[in-house]
Amino acid sequence: MTRPGDTPMPLNTEPNLARPDDFYEALIDMHRDLSDAQSQSANAQLILLLANHIGDLAILQEAMTHARAGVLARAGRQPAADPAAAA
Amino acid sequence: MTETNYQTQRFAYQPCAEQRAPQPGAGAHAVHPVAVIGAGPVGLAAAIDLAQQGVPVVLLDDDCTLSVGSRAICFAKRTLDIFDRLGCGARMVDKGVSWNVGKIFFDEELVYSFDLLPEAGHARPAFINLQQYYVEGYLVERAAELPGIAIRWQHRVAGLAQDGDAVTLDVETPDGRYALRARYVVVADGARSPVRQCMGLESKGRTFRDRFLIADVKMSAPFPSERWFWFDPPFNRNQSVLLHRQPDDVWRIDFQLGWDADPELEKQPERVIPRIHALLGEDAAFTLEWVSVYTFSCQRMDRFRHGRVLFAGDAAHRVSPFGARGANSGVQDAENLAWKLALVLAGHAPDALLDSYAGEREFAADENIRHSTRATDFITPKTPVSRVFRDAALSLARDHAFARRLVNSGRLSVPAVLHGSVLNTADDADAWGAPPFAGFMVPGAPCADAPVREGGRDTWLLPQLGNRFALLLFVGPAGLPPAMLDALRALAAGPVPLALVCVATPADAAQGPVLPPGASLLEDTQGWLARRYDGRPGTAYLLRPDQHVCARWRAFEPARVQAALRRALGWPEGAGAAAEAAA
Repeated sequence: MTRPGDTPMPLNTEPNLARPDDFYEALIDMHRDLSDAQSQSANAQLILLLANHIGDLAILQEAMTHARAGVLARAGRQPAADPAAAA
Repeated sequence: MTETNYQTQRFAYQPCAEQRAPQPGAGAHAVHPVAVIGAGPVGLAAAIDLAQQGVPVVLLDDDCTLSVGSRAICFAKRTLDIFDRLGCGARMVDKGVSWNVGKIFFDEELVYSFDLLPEAGHARPAFINLQQYYVEGYLVERAAELPGIAIRWQHRVAGLAQDGDAVTLDVETPDGRYALRARYVVVADGARSPVRQCMGLESKGRTFRDRFLIADVKMSAPFPSERWFWFDPPFNRNQSVLLHRQPDDVWRIDFQLGWDADPELEKQPERVIPRIHALLGEDAAFTLEWVSVYTFSCQRMDRFRHGRVLFAGDAAHRVSPFGARGANSGVQDAENLAWKLALVLAGHAPDALLDSYAGEREFAADENIRHSTRATDFITPKTPVSRVFRDAALSLARDHAFARRLVNSGRLSVPAVLHGSVLNTADDADAWGAPPFAGFMVPGAPCADAPVREGGRDTWLLPQLGNRFALLLFVGPAGLPPAMLDALRALAAGPVPLALVCVATPADAAQGPVLPPGASLLEDTQGWLARRYDGRPGTAYLLRPDQHVCARWRAFEPARVQAALRRALGWPEGAGAAAEAAA
């Protein structure tokens, strides 16, 4: 039970992937030979498929909150991030 | 017999009593109980409903014609149920094109189709398509059959003032101006609502930066009676198209144009005709009936009630056309208001009952606007990423059922469930805290129909409920015990009309159950009524005159029914019967 003032935390952000490296490779591989537009579409379809599998709106909203916060936090730290610099 | 041409019909201006008689001073003329402004579908429905409730109505319209050209075409099942109660539903359905099936296309291919009325056991189809001028024409003819409705064509309301007793309308006619007094005024004069403007009131919201071309074309075509919606088809790239069949071989085609389109240019036949050929094929033979380019808004007034003035239909709220929620929700406004006005005017209910009109229909308008706005955002994505998700949902929809629930070409009009209305009495929880009923007939829900047999005749539930309060009682083979019969007799003898409608299985009905005097007995021939209302012997539903559920119980207790009835009439909690008698 949650107490007043508590924020329910239904989204599992603890390690949960059985084979994380295999998953990551498959995710990148999903985009092989796709144009940027096709990759965007594939990502969007993947999100919709997974969202339906999860089903619970509270979990999805929390994931979306994390995703948006992550982008905004990074934008605050590194206004002109250059991906090539990390290579 | 030739059919009336409602598009060219003209209604003669006639002077009225207020103009003819000299007006030496105030009080020379009777105060009308209700004046309705605007003889469109909403104003006409309100006037007919009021007249059927026994309230005389003056209906004022600034024009002398019915709807011209392309306007509302889709009338939903709930609206047809209301038209049935108003006495002209059959005519609408006979003339209209009935449809239940919609198809969604993306690019060149069919993605999926849907059936809006997948269940049997309904008198009316999910929708009919019928040009607005037929709807108005049939309503005008129905109004003419009723005593107590005076339609005054070319009587334009130019001003309005209200005091504690009545509203005074300043009415302009070809013969000059006169003053009309009415205790209440229903304003149903359309989206631009001159009356709303002259009262200095606003309807506020969002206007969408997009343009649509409507072409109503006449042709003999092999298309079925279905709603076809294309996203991004080859014949209108990056935009949507809607094709819909109307009576008289007229087809509604709605092309999305985008915000940058020139509305004057796009209306020209030399621009419109090639678009239609691209859709129908180069060989298609058709004639243009009506062409217009429109933009739309989703907006509403902050409050639908201003003292004795009540706003309804587009005057009070506007939506985009996707979902057919304009005219349908307006007719529902009218029926929500009519019985309340009748009971307040008769002194059976307090003025506060009219506040519930505003509260319930503002709630319904918000729901309609929310659906309409979401559909518009799907049809017209506002950002590149919104477009990516839209197309992703469409791509998935062909093979995956879940994605079909995301595709939004307009969530087609269903009536609002009036959750949280002050007129509702909440369900009791059972001994374990669980809700005592399954199904959709919660307090505030519009009544679902069901096939029944009454007096040996096959008919439907809704016509048996009529336009007064009704107590729907599920009974077993023995019927009701004597104590309950006395209590029901007392309830039915109260000042507010209450119909007693009993329901039994055909087998139980054959046993001759004991019923209260004056009650009707419906045989639930196919079990739809018991299923839809989760009914079993002992179950009781209190239903409003507009056929919404106010309260329900597993066991009939007269005091609780009486309390729920008082609540549904807008009386304050705990006020004694004396207050009711004094009103």
